[in-house]
Amino acid sequence: MKAFLPFLAVIFLVLLVIVGVKTASLYFLFGVVVPYAALLTFLAGVVYRTVKWGTTPVPFHIPTTCGQQKTLPWIKQSKIENPSGTGGVIVRMLLEVFMFRSLFRNLKTEMHEGPKITYGSDKWLWLAGLSFHWSFLFIVIRHLRFFTQGVPMPVQIVEGLDSFLQIGLPLVYITDVLFLAAVTYLFIRRVTIPQVKYISLAADYFPLFLLLAIGCSGVLMRYFLRVDIVSVKTFTMGLVSLRPKIVPGISTLFYIHLFLISTLFAYFPWSKLMHMGGVFLSPTRNLANNSRIKRHINPWNYPVKVHTYAEYEEDFREKMKMAGVPVEKE
Amino acid sequence: MYNGGKIFIGIIVFLGIVTFPLYYNLGRADTPPKPSLNTPVINQMKVKHCVEPKAFMRADHMQLLMQWRDSALRDGERVYISSTGERYDISLQNTCLHCHANKAKFCDRCHIYMAVHPYCWSCHFAPEKENKL
Amino acid sequence: MAKEPKPEELLKTINYTPPKTGWMDTPVEIKPGMFCWGAKAKSLNTVGFPNARDWNPTEEDWKLPDNWQEILIEGIRERLSKYRSFRLFMDICVRCGACADKCHFYIGTGDPKNMPVLRAELMRSVYRKYFTTPGKVLGKLAGARELDLQVLKEWWYYFFQCTECRRCSVFCPYGIDTAEVTMVGRELLNLLGLNIEWTMGPVAACYMKGNHLGLEPHTIVNNIEFMLDDIETITGIKVTPTFNRKGAEILFVTPSGDLFADPGTYTCMGYLMLFHELGLDYTWSTYASEGGNFGFFTSNEMAKRLNSKIYAEAKRLGVKWILGGECGHMWRVLNQYMDTWNGPADFLEVPKSPITGTVFDNAKSTKMTHIIEFTADLIKNGKLNLDKRRNDHLKVTFHDSCNTARGMGLFEEPRYVIKNTCNHFYEMPDGTTREQTFCCGSGSGLNAGEDMELRLKGGLPRANAAKYVHEKYGVNMLANICAIDRAALTTSMNYWVPAVGVTGVHELVANALVMKGEKKRETNLRGDPLQMPEEEPEVAAGAAAPAEKTAGGKANV
Repeated sequence: MKAFLPFLAVIFLVLLVIVGVKTASLYFLFGVVVPYAALLTFLAGVVYRTVKWGTTPVPFHIPTTCGQQKTLPWIKQSKIENPSGTGGVIVRMLLEVFMFRSLFRNLKTEMHEGPKITYGSDKWLWLAGLSFHWSFLFIVIRHLRFFTQGVPMPVQIVEGLDSFLQIGLPLVYITDVLFLAAVTYLFIRRVTIPQVKYISLAADYFPLFLLLAIGCSGVLMRYFLRVDIVSVKTFTMGLVSLRPKIVPGISTLFYIHLFLISTLFAYFPWSKLMHMGGVFLSPTRNLANNSRIKRHINPWNYPVKVHTYAEYEEDFREKMKMAGVPVEKE
Repeated sequence: MYNGGKIFIGIIVFLGIVTFPLYYNLGRADTPPKPSLNTPVINQMKVKHCVEPKAFMRADHMQLLMQWRDSALRDGERVYISSTGERYDISLQNTCLHCHANKAKFCDRCHIYMAVHPYCWSCHFAPEKENKL
Repeated sequence: MAKEPKPEELLKTINYTPPKTGWMDTPVEIKPGMFCWGAKAKSLNTVGFPNARDWNPTEEDWKLPDNWQEILIEGIRERLSKYRSFRLFMDICVRCGACADKCHFYIGTGDPKNMPVLRAELMRSVYRKYFTTPGKVLGKLAGARELDLQVLKEWWYYFFQCTECRRCSVFCPYGIDTAEVTMVGRELLNLLGLNIEWTMGPVAACYMKGNHLGLEPHTIVNNIEFMLDDIETITGIKVTPTFNRKGAEILFVTPSGDLFADPGTYTCMGYLMLFHELGLDYTWSTYASEGGNFGFFTSNEMAKRLNSKIYAEAKRLGVKWILGGECGHMWRVLNQYMDTWNGPADFLEVPKSPITGTVFDNAKSTKMTHIIEFTADLIKNGKLNLDKRRNDHLKVTFHDSCNTARGMGLFEEPRYVIKNTCNHFYEMPDGTTREQTFCCGSGSGLNAGEDMELRLKGGLPRANAAKYVHEKYGVNMLANICAIDRAALTTSMNYWVPAVGVTGVHELVANALVMKGEKKRETNLRGDPLQMPEEEPEVAAGAAAPAEKTAGGKANV
């Protein structure tokens, strides 16, 4: 049920475009209004959410240390897993953001007879996650060829690398395959691993279906139900040059693709997808373990009621004296 | 601790990356490519037509070319019967380029626009003289 | 512990298949053996906490104030604005499930709400309902739910089934730390007087008397005098520590558990013997007589209130710096919170070992050094005469405490000390040590008697790793640097691997320590006869290269 409703929602979105574009000819709505609105929502939403996090203080210094601390000079510090300075934190964050360092640690805990509990290496989630995110990044970069006049060399290089296998024509992009495979895997593990299925919400399935639909519509347009990409680019260039115009002869499939991406953009800031920004702000990762070296300031630190020594001595003076413990007031 | 400065920079970088296409294209001509049909052979045609309808050719010409390559080189089949029943020689050089002798003004215009790098010319000779047309 | 099930029976109750009903539709069942008794009015009143009353978790009526929902929602709102960690961790979880099987309580119970992700979802679902637009509009479809009595009880049950060990945060791709959620959850529950007595009792005692056990000054002195008598019997040396002495160079603070029950007391004897042997100019304090901080398991404010005594006492006594004993959460607090709460300690000096001259730059601001850092430095500089053979009957493994591991990174120092005091050291398997270490099962104030089943189940992963090295190498002693470990692991080992004992590292040090003028030792600190070869030991001072024997393959130092 949790998976079914999001699935229906994505189907509904597709049907909406078919009805809207094919039947009602709402080209301007689906081609111009929605994409602009989605982009604005995305930008404003991401900034809003990030500012909201940013204006919430980090009162305490709480890095999760995953290696040897900085200590006596003859003990080797783990400078990345337990950084004591900015350099180490930067490397730690880079590894986290680009290589999913923490997910790489993943273990599969299993209970055997005996009992014997084992912790086997389990890198599939890491591999699928990494494949998905990197593919997505490559795909986004590749798409810049639809949004730039005089396509920048780095974009062309990415495009060339992605298609270097030279299979079929148009050339098959490796990331297209990886993307669909990874998203499919992420979906399958969500419904087949009982624990993961149990924790999954509709909000976990919806982005997966949406991404799958986006990927499929894109793949269809490139490899199967080809569209005239020069017309498409003429249209997309109109969007980015803020002189939007509807270009005739572009198939509905393209509008489906565009609308689903618009949905993704608009949905992004209000969903778990904001982990993109959040990972940078995670205080268990982006702080150096140097709180004994440098005082961390809590902006809302306030005085608290304490039980002072004087009060304590009042309570126990006689007992202290009997036990030979020195007191302030005789 | 807030790290406001770092977060501010992060937001600026984010906005800079996402809006890249908006400012990258500033001052660049936004002109869709117009493949030129101005060649002697095409000009002489009474009814200008390609081997298949224009819409098909625009979206699927690469498929047709690959199909031709496979027919000619792998199967030795050198005759193509189009959807309208006409027979064509399967040959890039003698059929396609016979009319479209202007690679730079025909093929390249869209390919450059779309940053596509077809590998036709790693085997075939690109027509040299077309530049003069 | 009379009704305690046998290990085989307990294992049979572990079932990893999630229930048929979704977690929101599976009401909490408060099971005996899995929870601690509610906090008493008396304890709450001592520290001025709101809604103090005696109540019983197993009764239907928890005697809540009428506006309890309002109190909690406002409490969440306040904490969302105060803790970036909390706000972020409410927002960015993608429920990938990487944390699911990392929690010792999940491994030991199979209860899906003990998966870190679901424990946090108990809170997130409410957050979504009251603080996010999708949650308000879409409700359950967006994973949101009303805060009703069932949810409240669920919070209480499961936030007191988390030991804030942070193992999940090691594996989370965004570093989401369930401990942060649990801490906020417990703070919120506190607003309604819904704490547990096993935590609140010690908090109240610590507030009034200076330590969790409520030891009054004369009792502290008495308890230590008992230890001194034992030390004299064993070594022939009369040790004379001082209390509340002004002008001492160093203030020593350790968890009060070390003063009270074995095997902690043996560790404490270890400190006393070591300091005596060094001729250290130090003092104990009866006012700041607690290193640990059960306030930390209650609320941030309470933790700060209890912690304040350490700096206050250091200032009053005019010491130069502070040395801290072996304890787990104590060191998370000292490393990550103390300076922020109660600093700056500008009246103290950067810790400098009077014996070796080593300056502990890594404590430049807090001015507080961990005793294991201090002792490792002594050994490295050859300042201790250690006869490792006295520990030859021991095959030792080391249990990294959650907080010193994941809230500090104290890995090599204790291993170095152990390897220089014992000839037989074996690591537990990879995945169960260092940053991936398992909780003893009883941390964060859950080491009561009434929740024994929970503790034993939570202790299973650690005990199972100990069992592995016991069977493979004959390991018979589990060393650690945490007072709660010393108490809790003793229980857990007795239950799961009875052949393995539990010791503090400084007990090992003191047993190996050849003191000036000591008589020939017949027994170790526990009074067990030493099985030593006849000839005099060649005194191996300091850093002899220790034998490397590891189970998991990680060699160190």
